[in-house]
Amino acid sequence: MHMADALLSPAVGMTLWAGTAAVGGYASKKLKERIDDRTIPLMGVLGAFIFASQMINFTIPGTGSSGHLGGGMILAIILGPHAAFLVMASVLTVQALFFADGGLLALGCNIWNLGFYPCYLVYPLLYKPLIGESQNPGRIVAVSLVSAVAVLQLGAFSVVLETLLSGKSELPFGAFLLLMQPIHLAIGIIEGFVTAAIINHVRSARPEILDGIAASRPLGAGISLKKVMITFVVLAVVTGGVLSWFASTHPNGLEWSIEKVTGKGELPEQEHGTAPVLKGIQEKTAFLPDYGFKPAGNEPKKEKMAPAWPGIEAGTSAAGIIGAAIVLGLILLIGVGIRSFRGRDA
Amino acid sequence: MTFDAQYFDIGRLDRLSYRDTFVHHLDPRVKVIATMLFLFTVISFPKYEVVALVPFFLFPVLLMTLGEIPVRFILRKVLLVSPFAILIGVFNPFLDTGTVAIIAGIPISAGSLSFLSILLKFTLTISAALLLIATTSFPGVCHALRRLGLPSLFVSQLLFLYRYIFVLMEEAMRITRARDMRSFGTRGAGIKVFVRLIGTLFVRTVDRAERIYYAMLSRGFQGDIPSLRRARIAVTDLAYLTAMVMFLAVFRFYRVTEGIGCLAQGLLR
Repeated sequence: MHMADALLSPAVGMTLWAGTAAVGGYASKKLKERIDDRTIPLMGVLGAFIFASQMINFTIPGTGSSGHLGGGMILAIILGPHAAFLVMASVLTVQALFFADGGLLALGCNIWNLGFYPCYLVYPLLYKPLIGESQNPGRIVAVSLVSAVAVLQLGAFSVVLETLLSGKSELPFGAFLLLMQPIHLAIGIIEGFVTAAIINHVRSARPEILDGIAASRPLGAGISLKKVMITFVVLAVVTGGVLSWFASTHPNGLEWSIEKVTGKGELPEQEHGTAPVLKGIQEKTAFLPDYGFKPAGNEPKKEKMAPAWPGIEAGTSAAGIIGAAIVLGLILLIGVGIRSFRGRDA
Repeated sequence: MTFDAQYFDIGRLDRLSYRDTFVHHLDPRVKVIATMLFLFTVISFPKYEVVALVPFFLFPVLLMTLGEIPVRFILRKVLLVSPFAILIGVFNPFLDTGTVAIIAGIPISAGSLSFLSILLKFTLTISAALLLIATTSFPGVCHALRRLGLPSLFVSQLLFLYRYIFVLMEEAMRITRARDMRSFGTRGAGIKVFVRLIGTLFVRTVDRAERIYYAMLSRGFQGDIPSLRRARIAVTDLAYLTAMVMFLAVFRFYRVTEGIGCLAQGLLR
């Protein structure tokens, strides 16, 4: 499932972007060292293949709902981790830009969740050691199944973590986990079957294709586990460090946001500029009594219901609503105005 | 939505990017930077912020009108991808029940504020990303990203992918059409047939990559796709960027919306 911009805080989004950029730079450096020119068009066309294959649906046995191929694992198996990571990143970029699946800031998270795990974690640490040199179809099915499930569980868990760290959703950790993990177990099983079946089909129909790609890619077989692990550990440390630094700059995110909502705790820059003017206006208008929508009788009730929300003035929220309506109206007016002006021109 | 429709939608976004307007003529680099700044500003608002987000709709509205992008097309795409954000956010009103305000006698819970905030941010960020493509074209964005420092290998990858999506999607459409014509009811829709179809598509794809590679070699391919268009940052580009930064700064740090609201209340009295 794709992460969305709206659920993300800047700290989490930028951290994941930093991680993704680091891995992407590493992948393209590695790939450039030993790339065969032939691989470049192949990578591009295989990325397009992932899209095209998503157009062909199938009925999931027993349910009647339809599924399609996700892609990370099959790319890693065919192209090796570095090329697969770049292909996956490009596929997700196009999805973010054209289908608006996710968003540009969440793209870092999505590439991490759907590209990093299959290519740099599950493929070298799970798929490679388990499959060995075997070409036995049954073994391919079993190993693909385990790998795809692992990939999707890791990805889903990351989505949960990223959402929670961002703090935009109120879902408690456990409930969110229970919502995400089982769905992705089912998706993972299907993905594993499909991945294995495609590999087996291609191997039986045109074995030279898989061997040919493997031969033109000397880096896949020789990838050292140690290096991958070291990179991962370094990344984890960096990520953790950056995250905790961000966390400590806003020790209490909730209080900070409450201040924002209620309009208290204003920023020091507002001493000059347009703010004092607006503040002046606010002060001039604020002495007018009962301009809020709040019936006076509700006051004690409110106090009782929300002791955690001190200093709430219905007046501020009323001003906010009126202001929002006016601004929205103005924006619409500008839009319609320009459009009709243009229409007359044409 | 069927995938046929999705395919034609990609084509439509692509066609929109070849229009001839002021927005389309801006330098792609500037547009990429402006969009990223916009997205960053929007998601930097705390989770309960609703009112201050409203003025930011000016940016997509201006892009849509000045760039002559159909509003309904963008709105439909935004709606299409909304389920995930809604699914995650819809629990907020039930979980975060503290009352923050009482408006016209109806108590407003903190959770519904944060849910509304998620919805606004979602609409803003998604439409900004879509409008970037609709006003810049995908190759334009790719070359801009290369000039901004993205590895050229990855840029080539993006450009190849984009070029062949159209080709392979047509191929996949032909394959599904052939399957649909030969199967009735649920027959032929199962996983077995699916795997064979995908396998066939895969084999064809690899063969095609081979042919593309030879065709490119004979045209002097050296592992990179350069852009022939010379890009220069003009005065209008700088002006656009400056206006954008000022707009974002003013509406991020000053509570303009509430100021206008107070002013209106004052005038009404």
